[in-house]
Amino acid sequence: MHPWLEKQLHLIDFTLASLARRKTKNVGLLLAYTLIVFVLASLSLFTHALRSEASYVLAGSPEVILQRMVAGRHDLIPPGYLERIGRIRGVQKKEGRLWGYYYDPVVNANYTFMARPASEVADGTIMVGSALARERGLAPNNTISFRSYAGKLFGFTVAAVLSPDSELLSADLVLLSENDFRRFFEYPEGHYTDIALSVANPQEVRTVAAKLSTALPDSRPILREEVLRTYQSLFDWREGIVLTVLAGAILAFAILAWEKASGLSAEERREIGILKAIGWETGDIIRMKVWEGLIISLTAFLLGGIAAYVHVFHFGAAVFAPVLKGWSVLYPRFTLVPAVDGLQIATLFFFTVVPYTAAVLVPIWRAAITDPDAVMRA
Amino acid sequence: MIELTNIRKAFNQGRHNEYWALHGIDLSVEAGKVTALRGPSGSGKTTLLTIVGCLSRPTEGRVRFKGEDISGLPERFLTDIRRQSFGFVFQQFNLIKGLSAVDNIILPGMPTGRPRRALVERADELLDQLKLGHRSRARVEWLSGGEQQRVAIARALINDPEVIIADEPTANLDTALSREFLAILEGFTAAGKTVLLTSHDPLVVDSSAVHRVVGMRDGRLTAD
Repeated sequence: MHPWLEKQLHLIDFTLASLARRKTKNVGLLLAYTLIVFVLASLSLFTHALRSEASYVLAGSPEVILQRMVAGRHDLIPPGYLERIGRIRGVQKKEGRLWGYYYDPVVNANYTFMARPASEVADGTIMVGSALARERGLAPNNTISFRSYAGKLFGFTVAAVLSPDSELLSADLVLLSENDFRRFFEYPEGHYTDIALSVANPQEVRTVAAKLSTALPDSRPILREEVLRTYQSLFDWREGIVLTVLAGAILAFAILAWEKASGLSAEERREIGILKAIGWETGDIIRMKVWEGLIISLTAFLLGGIAAYVHVFHFGAAVFAPVLKGWSVLYPRFTLVPAVDGLQIATLFFFTVVPYTAAVLVPIWRAAITDPDAVMRA
Repeated sequence: MIELTNIRKAFNQGRHNEYWALHGIDLSVEAGKVTALRGPSGSGKTTLLTIVGCLSRPTEGRVRFKGEDISGLPERFLTDIRRQSFGFVFQQFNLIKGLSAVDNIILPGMPTGRPRRALVERADELLDQLKLGHRSRARVEWLSGGEQQRVAIARALINDPEVIIADEPTANLDTALSREFLAILEGFTAAGKTVLLTSHDPLVVDSSAVHRVVGMRDGRLTAD
């Protein structure tokens, strides 16, 4: 083997032996560092995965949603609006949608009621989201009653529970027939909540939106890309909130790690003196300490990173989910599709491994340049 | 082998606590012999030893090693010479706790890039020669004073240096162990090594293993 490589192996060997000799200090340090990496990596992986999930989920939603506005507030789409849109080039499909919110005092939760064509949901039956089914203990063929806002009681038979795969979107969803929807909410005939339009060519979405604004000046077109952007900034904002809350703890750990890394005990100083006296160069000692810094920080980075990956993608980020996913009584249960961004990992690496290795170097530089004869006078 | 010319050494030079430890030392250390520096505490023995062993530089004067002036060399070259040509046995032994005897012995060999196996084989050989082979894997803090000194001697020999430098080698040893050390010293001479040591132990300086005794007081040589 090349002497240079052999020398590095010796240095690593000695470093590992040194780390083992100061087990308590180094294990404590490693744990603190792993915890910081775990927290930061969990946050980063989780929000990134949520953003990816949002893009993935929204990929199936309509490109444009048209809402009617009255005095700046969302209002019902009156009859005839669908026809007034007429034929706009590029619009593949347009459809009036019926949906609304219902507060269930039994579990203190809000449900989203949405009408589907009679071919999908028969009158008198409903399909429910799995979080709702869990909360109310529902299974197919069970019956459930909801008291409408007008005070009338409506009974429904559960036709099906929606697939848990779509739980992120359908956790609180109740699908019912259009007739039932209109009866339950006393929704006027011919009115809709909003209009969904499908546009095949993404280049044409903005043109379609402009034409809609001209054709229906009292309406507001909402583009899918805007919704996506809103989600992205919402997750960014939540990530920021969590980071702010955790900043104190992270800083405390960082100071602890820095202090442990940058403080040299009398014993360590003595050892450096001995090594210099018996023929180690200043460079050898610095290299040995760089290995020590790298071994600790890389181990912490790998352990923290892997723990964060398992935490986020196998345990649904149990620690941060309540803050990052939003607030609700009905929390969706879902498994995130692992999405890891190279830049994220590189950023995390840069902010954890590099400062620690630098922290190790500063005091060692001072100790390593002391005269080797000091050891003779100890 | 080693020639010192008008060596002067100051500590804290230019400050209010400036102190001159050596005042113009001229000395020639003969190759293959044991030379002892004798003198009371504060006489400058250890300071002189550090200058000869390339652990520090003189403030003034010249150090020649095998004819070459090494007093003005940069630290890197001094470290190189120190590693290849000098082996040190310190008064407190200066072993690294938590490591085994063998791991301590191979430490000076690590920066040379020699394979670990070769270093360990050589360390085991040296321990066998010093009758300590059975303790090779024991941690140094579990060893007795005499055993620790033999580990320190083996460490000094791992790079096969020409010169052994020993600072008060018997200061922490009883009479029996001191005699053992003197026997080892004779072994060095037989192996052609040059030894420079400091001691005020009569057992050492009066021993036949020591070929020349140089007296020191107040940073000056007194008489051989």
